Amino acid sequence: MNDQTLTPEERAANLKGMGSSRKRVEDVRFTQGKGNYVDDIKLDGMLFGDFVRSPYAHARVVSVNKEAALALPGVIAVLTAEDLSPLGLHWMPTLAGDKQMVLADGKVLFQGQEVAFVVAEDRYIAADAAELVEVEYEELPVLTDPFEALKSDVVLREDLEGQTEGAHGPRKHHNHIFTWEQGDKDATEAILAEADVVAEEMVYYHRTHPCPLETCGSVASMDKVTGKLTLYGTFQAPHAIRTVVSLISGIAEHNIRVISPDIGGGFGNKVGAYAGYVCSVVASIVTGKPVKWVEDRMENLMSTAFARDYWMQGKIAATKDGKITGLWCHTTADHGGFDACADPTKFPAGFMNICTGSYDIPTAYLAVDGVYTNKAPGGVAYRCSFRVTEAAYFIERMIEVLAIKLNMDAAELRRINFIKADQFPYQSALGWEYDSGDYHTAWDKALKAVDYEGLRAEQAQRVEEFKAGKTRKLLGIGLTHFTEIVGAGPVKNCDILGLGMFDSCEIRIHPTGSAIARLGTISQGQGHATTFAQIIASEIGLPADDITLEEGDTDTAPYGLGTYGSRSTPVAGAATAMAARKIRAKAQMIAAYLLEVHDDDVEWDVDRFAVKGAPERFKTMKEIAFAAYNQAIPGLEPGLEAVSYYDPPNMTYPFGAYICVMEIDVDTGEWDVRKFYALDDCGTRINPMIIDGQVHGGVTEALAIAMGQEIAYDEMGNVKTGTLMDFFLPTAWETPNYITDYTVTPSPHHPIGAKGVGESPNVGGVPCFSNAVHDAFRPFGLVQSHMPHDHWRIWKIANGLGMHG
Amino acid sequence: MIPAGFEYHRPGDIASAIGILEEHGDEARVIAGGHSLIPMMKLRMAEMGHLVDLQAIEELKGIEVGSDTVTLGAMVTQHELITHDGLAAAIPLIREAALQIADPQVRYVGTVGGNVANGDPGNDMPGLMQCLNATFDLSGPDGNRSVAAREFYEAAYFTAREDEEILTRISIPVPGAGVGQAYEKQKRKIGDYATAAAAVMVGNGTASVAMTNLADTPVWSESASAALADGDVNGCVAAMLDAIEPVADNRGPVEFKKHVAGVMLRRAIDRAQNRAG
Amino acid sequence: MSKMHVKLTVNGKEVEGLAEPRTLLIHFLREDLKITGPHIGCETSHCGACTVDIDGKSVKSCTTFVAQVNGADITTVEGLTNDDGSLGVLQEMFREHHGLQCGFCTPGMITRAHRLLQENPNPTEEEIRFGMAGNLCRCTGYQNIVKAISASADMLNAQKEAAE
Ligand SMILES: Cc1cc2nc3c(=O)[nH]c(=O)nc-3n(C[C@H](O)[C@H](O)[C@H](O)COP(=O)(O)OP(=O)(O)OC[C@H]3O[C@@H](n4cnc5c(N)ncnc54)[C@H](O)[C@@H]3O)c2cc1C
Ligand code: FES
Ligand code: FES
Repeated sequence: MNDQTLTPEERAANLKGMGSSRKRVEDVRFTQGKGNYVDDIKLDGMLFGDFVRSPYAHARVVSVNKEAALALPGVIAVLTAEDLSPLGLHWMPTLAGDKQMVLADGKVLFQGQEVAFVVAEDRYIAADAAELVEVEYEELPVLTDPFEALKSDVVLREDLEGQTEGAHGPRKHHNHIFTWEQGDKDATEAILAEADVVAEEMVYYHRTHPCPLETCGSVASMDKVTGKLTLYGTFQAPHAIRTVVSLISGIAEHNIRVISPDIGGGFGNKVGAYAGYVCSVVASIVTGKPVKWVEDRMENLMSTAFARDYWMQGKIAATKDGKITGLWCHTTADHGGFDACADPTKFPAGFMNICTGSYDIPTAYLAVDGVYTNKAPGGVAYRCSFRVTEAAYFIERMIEVLAIKLNMDAAELRRINFIKADQFPYQSALGWEYDSGDYHTAWDKALKAVDYEGLRAEQAQRVEEFKAGKTRKLLGIGLTHFTEIVGAGPVKNCDILGLGMFDSCEIRIHPTGSAIARLGTISQGQGHATTFAQIIASEIGLPADDITLEEGDTDTAPYGLGTYGSRSTPVAGAATAMAARKIRAKAQMIAAYLLEVHDDDVEWDVDRFAVKGAPERFKTMKEIAFAAYNQAIPGLEPGLEAVSYYDPPNMTYPFGAYICVMEIDVDTGEWDVRKFYALDDCGTRINPMIIDGQVHGGVTEALAIAMGQEIAYDEMGNVKTGTLMDFFLPTAWETPNYITDYTVTPSPHHPIGAKGVGESPNVGGVPCFSNAVHDAFRPFGLVQSHMPHDHWRIWKIANGLGMHG
Repeated sequence: MIPAGFEYHRPGDIASAIGILEEHGDEARVIAGGHSLIPMMKLRMAEMGHLVDLQAIEELKGIEVGSDTVTLGAMVTQHELITHDGLAAAIPLIREAALQIADPQVRYVGTVGGNVANGDPGNDMPGLMQCLNATFDLSGPDGNRSVAAREFYEAAYFTAREDEEILTRISIPVPGAGVGQAYEKQKRKIGDYATAAAAVMVGNGTASVAMTNLADTPVWSESASAALADGDVNGCVAAMLDAIEPVADNRGPVEFKKHVAGVMLRRAIDRAQNRAG
Repeated sequence: MSKMHVKLTVNGKEVEGLAEPRTLLIHFLREDLKITGPHIGCETSHCGACTVDIDGKSVKSCTTFVAQVNGADITTVEGLTNDDGSLGVLQEMFREHHGLQCGFCTPGMITRAHRLLQENPNPTEEEIRFGMAGNLCRCTGYQNIVKAISASADMLNAQKEAAE
């Protein structure tokens, strides 16, 4: 292959850069079972830790008797809060400014809470020993309802008694955590008072769980000789974990090496810091041996970070012809026993204030009250940017409710309220600056693709047939137009534990023209090793196949805040492009020197610098790389590498239009998704194959959440949905095929115009499925009903509408 | 999710298996496919000192399709039930029901004997066997005996089988030509037990209906069956709804289950009647 | 508990070891034999990540005692790679059609798909979805997994034809 004979297009194609559906490099390992996940790690002499957990949701721990457990051969230690307290490690700080028990300190606040940590030679002995630890409990009254909790005399957090000031301002009650307000309350209430039409509803987004297929785990190895702690684990943010471990353990940060190996899905579950991580570290320090902890699925669902659990009371005001004039929302947020939400510090309710959605709403007000209950802590961004899926669900339900009130078509109501393309950058009433968008184009494309009018005609006919007794199946058309806010975020307002939410990339070009790049992020299936190499390939003209990508080892990777909230592409992707551009800038000088012309007299051409006006005189990036290492170039240091720490100027705002067609059996509550169309606009598209894959996966998680996936508690605070039998994850059988589509509205402030996509389908998918269920019953008078829409709840809607005779 | 320890036995014939059960009493338990038992052991809801694996016992294997009777060895797997064409021709209901149990992996190892002996109200085979009027052959220290499927179930996890008995074979009368059969099951997803399931046979002036997971045992109703035999579908459904006693769980409240039970039963009847021709 | 002598054929090789009878096959494979392709996703027999092929059947190895399979012939995803180290057809098609993301379900998926195609070399989409329903994936939404299996069937059939 002679470079001279190839066209620029052919040369670009050979790079497999941005826009190419490059096959994933990770897959060669994964398809052969050669991944390296945390439970695959085996170190010499490694011990295994297992928890004794509370069967009660609220109880005093009267005593813990370890004797029988310690007597079992192969048991090395049994740790309790008493053992951790001299080290100050029986409690740990949460990401939300609260603190959380590592092991039960006098009481337990949720079922499944960690009470003791058993360390043994293997996991069988550890499990046997955990059975032998005798814990005496004294049951206390249980609060599972956040509204009740705010009225109850029962004090959940005795450690906070008397504290009227929390991490986010005043506390109004002993079970209250914070109030967070955004927007203009008085102006909004004035508009509501005078509006032609006001629709009001309670929109509940139930408690669920990210439930990645791999549970959480860690392996801690304290080397007493070097004083160095190595911690492997399922960490979506390895650098932040290193800093947290250093802060709470007192081990100097340079003596801690955190490694995230391959991660079997995260979806937000692996952002938080868990008792298991801390206990494996302590146990390794105590025993001088490596200690592994891996939770099982029931422990994962019961005790690690839940998501959602937002009660959103909404009011939306509009003129008679449907122009929205104001939006009001009060949210009661159930945070469980400790406030361990994973949100940027200044945003205790995440970016819930994106709840004006895709609409030009001039005036709005949002208040969120966080509440303690006897449930597991968490509140993670489950495949969404912080609380964005709650916000999107809220506004997309309120639009439907308003459409019913106005007796309008919900697609039309959306259209007349969309922010127009020429209004960007758009300043929202709740404080965000939307970077770019073209909602009308996306919407019209979507409606046309599914033949929206045809569907409505079919639905009308179905209603007639139903009323005539000819069918027992209804047809629902679910609509959603969502706007995400991702890429947290600008250091000026986004930090976690005081760490600014920038991200980073370091690129080194080797003399022979291949390269290694290291990032502060960590892939959990998003395919970073593939896509980030594509960005570099396009930016510096070396083939993606010649670029290695490394993440997840804090000893080698530059500091970064990790992967969640769809932030990798917007933040680390930008850092990657910027680092590559630094390299290209130096390469330009080298090329000019080699070509004996002035720096400004060469121009970039796919994979080379060529003399302006003389394209046959050029130096390829490969040649330049070699020169960087073997020639003394006046005024330039040898070598070719760069690092970039990217602090984004703004968030990015991906958007999309989703439409679902669903059949519903009113007698059994069974549903069937006949069609699902997903149009995503994530700005510049780096790898279309991977984008489609992200959409398929995200919509499937949305299907699960909307149609059944729930962490449910009984009144005693027992988790009712602790296995994958009851916690609904659809199989290939229940999952439909999806039609994917796109428009491209690049982000104006991002170096390559990319916005991020991994989480959009979950944000847009949930309201879309839920709206389809509601829409099927709308002709019969349904206004609002709570998720999850499992069989019996759908049946209940039909029953309530008198459909069962 | 680690089970407690046990001694493992793999006897080669029924007599030795019974011998081991006799020796260890309620410290011993038989294991077939293990896909009901092992999950319970991992939760430590079942613990025993001795596990008696039945896999090596030839007498417990095999499907025999006679002109009047089909017999199934207790160790016949659900996968074997599904892939046996002779069986499907003789009693199509069995394949239809087996395909609605669990998922492919579970069906490769889950046995018909384990499914009916288990006594879990969620199991599909017990109701099916009651509908088909099957008989279970048991062997124990005191010899062999047979118990009708309709007499076998006493309460959840309590059956007519004594601890030291092994269920060896299942005999099923082949329904006459002209008898339509159908199995209807509502579940939340593949791998879930029934919200409600109905097994129906009807034709030639006879009928039999049984339902699953709607009480602490399978429910075969004589009066519901008699009503259907008379062509009284409404009477059949009413009698069955009278006989079931569902409890609320994650699949839904009692009213919902009762409603769905009626729907499943009507649908099964409808299909069975159409098949009866 | 006393340990028992265990003898298995795994991916064509005879292996032996000592194990407590209660040892679950998944742990014996992963911990004793260091075959870490099969994963643990639920431990309650619902996810299929631990699926291995035992004597021609797809089985969840988290719900199988090693004692029960003593003497058996077992294939794991590691055994589906070609002898020359290149990707087997299913592995290649999963890569080609983006049938995996985090890769955690993949070993179980591929091992199960292998048996499905042995039993039904020309499955319809519906048969693939039904036949794969014992394996959960949290990342892909299954669409590309179905595509990959369908493409594998075509390729295996073409290979068979070429060989004849
Ligand atoms: C994910 C999942 C989903 C499932 N879904 C369903 C479903 O939808 N419907 C359904 O019916 N089942 C379902 N099952 C259960 C499955 O079909 C079991 O395999 C079956 O119930 C028991 O068969 P087994 O051979 O595995 O029995 P084991 O688990 O080996 O035994 C079960 C019980 O029966 C006893 N036993 C077994 N064989 C004999 C015998 N010959 N004599 C005396 N006692 C004996 C055992 O001691 C034990 O108490 C599901 C299982 C799983 C894991
Ligand atoms: S780990 Fe075995 S089925 Fe999930
Ligand atoms: S690829 Fe992650 S679970 Fe399937």
